Amino acid sequence: MRHRLSIQIGPVAFRIGSAWKAPLDALAGLYADYPKPADGLTDFTVRLEPEKPWRRFIRPSVAIRGDYCLPDATPMSLAHGLLAAEMGMNLQMALGQKNYLLLHAATVEKDGRALIMTGESGAGKSTLAALLGERGWRLMGDEFALLDLDSGLLMPFPRAVSLKNGAIRVMEAEVDPARFGPRLEATPKGEIRHMRPNADALARMGEGARPALILFPRFGEDAAIRAVGAAEVFMRLTQASTNYVALGRRGFDALTGLIAANPALAIDYPDTDTALGQIGGFWRELAA
Amino acid sequence: MAGPVYIADCESAVQSVALDGLSVLFHAPSGMTHIVAAPAPEILEALRIGPAGAGELLARLRAWYDFEGDEAADAIDARLAELEAAGLVRRA
Repeated sequence: MRHRLSIQIGPVAFRIGSAWKAPLDALAGLYADYPKPADGLTDFTVRLEPEKPWRRFIRPSVAIRGDYCLPDATPMSLAHGLLAAEMGMNLQMALGQKNYLLLHAATVEKDGRALIMTGESGAGKSTLAALLGERGWRLMGDEFALLDLDSGLLMPFPRAVSLKNGAIRVMEAEVDPARFGPRLEATPKGEIRHMRPNADALARMGEGARPALILFPRFGEDAAIRAVGAAEVFMRLTQASTNYVALGRRGFDALTGLIAANPALAIDYPDTDTALGQIGGFWRELAA
Repeated sequence: MAGPVYIADCESAVQSVALDGLSVLFHAPSGMTHIVAAPAPEILEALRIGPAGAGELLARLRAWYDFEGDEAADAIDARLAELEAAGLVRRA
């Protein structure tokens, strides 16, 4: 590939190659403070290539390729190259990660204990994790919770937070502008802007945490809290995992162990302040 | 006429964890996970003694648990059919 970049995110090392300079320049700026893979070895490779050779110049169109590919993935506009790189990294993790049980969830940590937040797209887990990460919690990740199959610890995966639509304004009011990537308009997911996690999240990206609470947030409803039964949690987390089936019994053991050891709650919230208040209350009760 | 005789995989092939009144089973031979309610785990447990038809199975279960009423035999037949469809029991 003409242009290359290697990035360490938590326990995972990526190498990203691109036929174009611009997406990697944007990625290098966004990931400026991340370490390079220590031994030069990488876990996953992502390639951003022209869909056809001539498409590098004429109406450039980015195809996402790598160790693992989706054969019918739709090529993306070069203007969204940064999003293509992010989606490529997610895809390699989702299809290729064998060392951890992957949950599509955001995680934050406080006092050595981790909160797992999972839910459908739009539930607000990224926004809540990003906000908590600026308000006394450590952001461990906004997209993937990595559950260590042996120790049961959650490992951080603090990639750049992918903020969508209304969440962009919420975080722009909270965070130094230098930590944001370019604004990506009219992507398949709407408006997107990436935000680099703060220095604490990056400095501690090798530090795992014991899970303490599983939360299913849902945005846009009147405030409500309900306990979620273990069997329902199991079903929802198998649906939220990209590699549960591939891990076989190791995944089963890790997931049942996580659920048996931790309470689970579902919250509805009309605004982020309400959710932060609910979460603060849970944490005080857990500490008591 | 005697009905079919059923057989279940040994305990090491089916890992079971109780969660919230239900049981989640990992069936190693197929790699599939199942969520089941009582009396499915009890049927699997009783079949591990050895292959059995529905009548023999009901007798084993009655020795361990209180199964009241005449509907128990119908319930066992229905659960056996479900477990067979799920691949958790098979005909001997």
